[in-house]
Amino acid sequence: MTITRHLDDATLMSFAAGSLPGSLAAVAAAHVAMCARCRDEVAFMEHLGAALLADLPGAAMARLGPAMPAVDLPRGVPASVTPDEVPAPLVRLVGGSLDAVRWRWVAPGLWHRPLPIGGPGALQLLKGLPGVRVPEHGHGGSELTLVLRGALVDRTGRYGPGDVADLDEEVEHHAPAADPDAGCICVVANEQPSRFRNLLARLLQPWHGL
Amino acid sequence: MVTMVGLSLIPVPGGQAPLNAHKGIMADLLRRIAERADPAAFRELYEAYGPRVKAYMMRRGADAGTAEDLAQETLLTVWRKAALYAGDKGSMTTWVFAIARNLRIDRLRREVPWQELPEGRLAEPSGEPLPDEAMAVKERQQRVQAALAALPDEQKEVVALAYLEGLSHSEIAQRLGMPLGTVKSRMRIAYQKIRLVLEGVE
Repeated sequence: MTITRHLDDATLMSFAAGSLPGSLAAVAAAHVAMCARCRDEVAFMEHLGAALLADLPGAAMARLGPAMPAVDLPRGVPASVTPDEVPAPLVRLVGGSLDAVRWRWVAPGLWHRPLPIGGPGALQLLKGLPGVRVPEHGHGGSELTLVLRGALVDRTGRYGPGDVADLDEEVEHHAPAADPDAGCICVVANEQPSRFRNLLARLLQPWHGL
Repeated sequence: MVTMVGLSLIPVPGGQAPLNAHKGIMADLLRRIAERADPAAFRELYEAYGPRVKAYMMRRGADAGTAEDLAQETLLTVWRKAALYAGDKGSMTTWVFAIARNLRIDRLRREVPWQELPEGRLAEPSGEPLPDEAMAVKERQQRVQAALAALPDEQKEVVALAYLEGLSHSEIAQRLGMPLGTVKSRMRIAYQKIRLVLEGVE
């Protein structure tokens, strides 16, 4: 998997700061789990948090009681990051396999699966047959789309597994469609409850080329 | 679970010791915790970081009681996981920040998936950090602090609102009455400046 489409620096910073809204944070965590470059950036960005923390005037705290809990023994080396189709941060929401997802039909060639997530915003899986346009919900905050299987194609090129489209209301719509051969499964986060349902009708024309 | 409540408070005088003042021995404290579960070493870490973590939690909207719970939980995670982290050349403060951040999010909304703590990246503990590594960590932290301080106020503001107040880009845009795109571009520019500084010491 060669990831070429990354999260915007501003999005990564918000993620590293722990300030990205829940649905966007889920997709960002999934991309970061798949993408060594963005993991490195987040590590850098965490140093900013550390510097700000170090500069905070402290608040008085109770002293420690006398007893201390047991210390963990060192665990083995953490499992290396070998992302499956479902990246680790999404397994709890999606399950372990994209083949076991219970899809809801929404329109010819398009299915979705809402994922329960706290806070404002919405998170869902989308599955499009080859050539089907994937609904965009733009307008109103940020939107992250992470490809898990197949590809999305738009006029700027191709988004394969692990690639993420990081859009906000000021970005021109890129009108993606599921790959004409492989189709696409992606996970989409919207910061604000989207107008997804309303948009379906007009977004579901068959795909006729770029 | 062991009660952490004592009768006295850690005093927080106006001139608290900078964390850098502890920096030379942080790795040593951590190693004493990891190897011998040394409570005295833990107390030192607790007193260095606890009040700052509590202040961080309060900045993110926790009341004093919750902030104290979360700060204790953060430091207890350090105590329990010291063996995983001792020997890593990374910054102790960055590790504490990441733990605190994740605990805060976890408390707010347990169902949100979250990234692994930095400990997940530590595949090969390599013994005691070399003195020059410790120096590099210290130097990096000082450079980041200097770079942050040197940012124009408008950039410093969005960074602080994101990192300390926990505001999303949209919330910052609303708070400051500016377009979302302006908030994001200020964040990007601030980061690019600090990134250049960090690259100088990595």
